Amino acid sequence: MRHRVKGRKLSRTASHRRATLNALATALFTHKKIKTTVAKAKEARSFAEGLITKAKTDSVANRRYVARFINDKDVVKELFNEIVPAIGERPGGYTRVVKLGRRLGDAAEMALLELVDFAEGVEKTKKVVKEKTVEEKAEIVSEKTEVVTEDKIEDATIVEETTEAESEDKKDDK
Amino acid sequence: MAHPKRKISKSRRDKRRTHYKATAPAVGTCSNCNEMKLNHRACPSCGYYAGRSMFVPES
Repeated sequence: MRHRVKGRKLSRTASHRRATLNALATALFTHKKIKTTVAKAKEARSFAEGLITKAKTDSVANRRYVARFINDKDVVKELFNEIVPAIGERPGGYTRVVKLGRRLGDAAEMALLELVDFAEGVEKTKKVVKEKTVEEKAEIVSEKTEVVTEDKIEDATIVEETTEAESEDKKDDK
Repeated sequence: MAHPKRKISKSRRDKRRTHYKATAPAVGTCSNCNEMKLNHRACPSCGYYAGRSMFVPES
């Protein structure tokens, strides 16, 4: 059973794994998008997102905490001063993994790991979408309630008819 | 320890294996260049996914 087993070992010892994740997170914050294997991208995603959430509240303690995992002091500064403001009020989901297909050599599935707010060629339409969905939901709900009430009335009449028919049948039997 | 009484004949072995089948991968067309591509992956011929370029292919 693999109940409650989280994460991947990435064929590494604990210290090697830690070093890999630190390096991947540092590279992601430096370059905003990195190409790696799908397994490493997915592990680095959850690792890096935790660091970003930590960096959202700027304090000396948080800066030192993040600096334990980022191998470059300048990248720590960039994370707090440039990346976090760009992210704004996004409630998690700061990164995106896009699969790229298999690489030559070992046929490992490759992926692009990128910071959503630094992605090129994507328009920000988040707020507009939210307002629309709320209005649409209200309309849908009102429509649904109308339909349901009609159905109930129809059902009720049918039920009465059938019961009468059954009772008549029973009388006939007797 | 319990052991098999009989060797599995070639016939039985091969009959069992008739259900071992390979399935074709889910292939779609790229919305950018109309080439065949695997679903949920960037197009290998033009590098596009979800309407934007993910990588620039060689040559």
